[in-house]
Amino acid sequence: MDTMFSEMAWLIPLFPLAAFLLLLASGRSGRRVGVAIGSVGSLASLVLSILVLIEHMGDGATYYQDGFKWIDLGSFQLNFGYEVTNLSALMLVVVTAVSFLVNVYSAGYMRDDERISVFYSYIALFTFSMLGLVLADNMLSLYFFWELVGVCSFLLVGFWYTKPAARAAAKKAFIVTRIGDAGLLIAILLLFWYMPDHALDFVRIENVFEGQTGAVAAGVTTLIAILIFVGAIGKSGQFPLHVWLPDAMEGPTPISALIHAATMVAAGVYLVARTFDIFQASPVAMETVAYIGAFTAIFAATIGIAQNDIKRILAYSTVSQLGYMMMALGLGSLTGGVFHLFTHAFFKALLFLGAGSIIHAVHTQNINEMGGLGSKMRITAWTFGIGALALSGIPPFAGFWSKDAILATALHENPTLFVVGVVAAFFTAFYMSRLFFLVFTGKPKGDGKAHESPLSMTIPLIILAVFAIGAGFIETPWNGTLSEWLTGTAAAAHSGGGLVMVISTAVGALGIYLGWLVFVKGTIARDAISSRAPWLARLLERKYYIDEIYEAILVKPLRGLGQLLNAIDQYLIDGIVSFIGGTAVFLGRGGTRLQNGQVQTYGLITILGLVILIIAVVGRRFWS
Amino acid sequence: MLSSYLMVAAILFCIGLYGALVKKNAVIVLLSIELMLNAVNLNLVAFSKYGVVPSLTGQIFTLFTIAVAAAEVAVGIAILIALFRARGTVNVDEYDEMRR
Repeated sequence: MDTMFSEMAWLIPLFPLAAFLLLLASGRSGRRVGVAIGSVGSLASLVLSILVLIEHMGDGATYYQDGFKWIDLGSFQLNFGYEVTNLSALMLVVVTAVSFLVNVYSAGYMRDDERISVFYSYIALFTFSMLGLVLADNMLSLYFFWELVGVCSFLLVGFWYTKPAARAAAKKAFIVTRIGDAGLLIAILLLFWYMPDHALDFVRIENVFEGQTGAVAAGVTTLIAILIFVGAIGKSGQFPLHVWLPDAMEGPTPISALIHAATMVAAGVYLVARTFDIFQASPVAMETVAYIGAFTAIFAATIGIAQNDIKRILAYSTVSQLGYMMMALGLGSLTGGVFHLFTHAFFKALLFLGAGSIIHAVHTQNINEMGGLGSKMRITAWTFGIGALALSGIPPFAGFWSKDAILATALHENPTLFVVGVVAAFFTAFYMSRLFFLVFTGKPKGDGKAHESPLSMTIPLIILAVFAIGAGFIETPWNGTLSEWLTGTAAAAHSGGGLVMVISTAVGALGIYLGWLVFVKGTIARDAISSRAPWLARLLERKYYIDEIYEAILVKPLRGLGQLLNAIDQYLIDGIVSFIGGTAVFLGRGGTRLQNGQVQTYGLITILGLVILIIAVVGRRFWS
Repeated sequence: MLSSYLMVAAILFCIGLYGALVKKNAVIVLLSIELMLNAVNLNLVAFSKYGVVPSLTGQIFTLFTIAVAAAEVAVGIAILIALFRARGTVNVDEYDEMRR
């Protein structure tokens, strides 16, 4: 039961913070130094995180918590501390590993960018906030880092701020996630209000809700759980608030890999996993989570089929996979959700970095303008293929095991959602094969000057590919290591595995085969659907018109209201204020004119005053 | 009878007031002030003769006033000459030290 490294866990977020401060201080001068500082900072965190994880994998669940008193108000006390549980130890490694690889990758991808050191400082700040979020030991400090992460996302999506699309996407990402954040904030306030002793730390939340001793009323529990889930919806791009995530692809590709695929969007899933006891205390909330997750999974997967932008396809795929995780959590499988989060982080980061490598080579994001890149970019093609297979759920790649865990739970708990999950898995396999075949096979298009990316970009791809192959073996139907370790109970991870495995493999293979038929062999014409049902193709391509609907029913009225209020402020309020100010100035001007130093004028005014006084005194006698 | 005296005094006072407020030459302003003073003297004498309670006090007081006015004019002229030497003008419009 050694806790040596866990005691030092507070250092993990401080390395990137130090890197951020150094980069901030050094300005834009040192380009190479900036890369080195950022990479070393995240490498140090990675090493320490791995040590912490190894320590936690040792005998039994070591748990460590420490902190200092932050707020002390009478009976209410709040610590600002950190907490190392098995879940957070796992997340630490995921975040730091992806962050480090993205740091290395960006050295190649962003090499020609003028503001590369600014870019690195943003990444360091993001890594710091994300690690802080993972380590936070109470809701309030979690919220604090939650918002910091949102700010970093805003900064990085809008990194190329000269592009109007990037600016709009950054604003959209920020505002849409704010809606979710408001829900989370209300949930925290409700927790503060209803928890005994106003406790906000996870340990006591767990204790109160685990036994459901009636300390918090059932209705309130449901409300809190749903509001926390609203926060998770915003951050993790679940159905009603998913619109920001595909637009966020305007940011640099390494950022899409780090923030919008592997880590930040997983924060919502992590939050639900962290406060899982609250959800478990409320069946209604669990059902909401499961159904919204399942709907998002299939909804985003169908959109992914019709997109043409390589990064947008991956973005919708991310939304869909996050839906899977939410569905798993909603069905009560903490292991399934976290396991899929873990494997997804690696293969989705791999896919995004691979996409970045392709974009770097061909300078377009439209998959219809690519083709035949497989022979020119062998490493990218191979690693991307591994990622695609992992995402499609083909054994023995990582995605298969985690998806299998989720589907097995779904079959056990709710057959309807199982069917939804299987259909979504089919679509996933189909759009991934479409993407892969269109990009890497067929005739070369464009100027044909595509070439393999530099080593700094391909090495992270290879490392991630190794994880995409191997990360799934920590939890298989025969070997419940992860679930045992994570939940502390030797639960039968998923029974009835055989059937599920066969079905999910078959569905994945069918999706890929269909993709191969359509996009390579040409047995089925590509426009087989779009020629027969053009409305369907357009519906998918326009993403079910969600953006247009929001524009019409939310954005326009709000903007109109804003303009009205602005006009009132500008003309009415400002008018009154400047009228009062103007009057004072006018009176002052008149006053200075009176004081001209001429005794005669003073005398005249005195006489006038006297006359008025006399008229007043004498006149009263006549009127009254 | 009283009202005619008072009327003359009032007219005299108004002329003096007008001159004191309007005239540009400082000497004439001084003269105008004397006019106002004499209007007051006229009132005093008129009231001492035709007032409700006639008495000699008013006339004696007038003599005092004339004496004081003489002293005042002497001082006033002295100040005026000093001012004229300092500023080189007798135009009251240019005496605007109070503004600063």
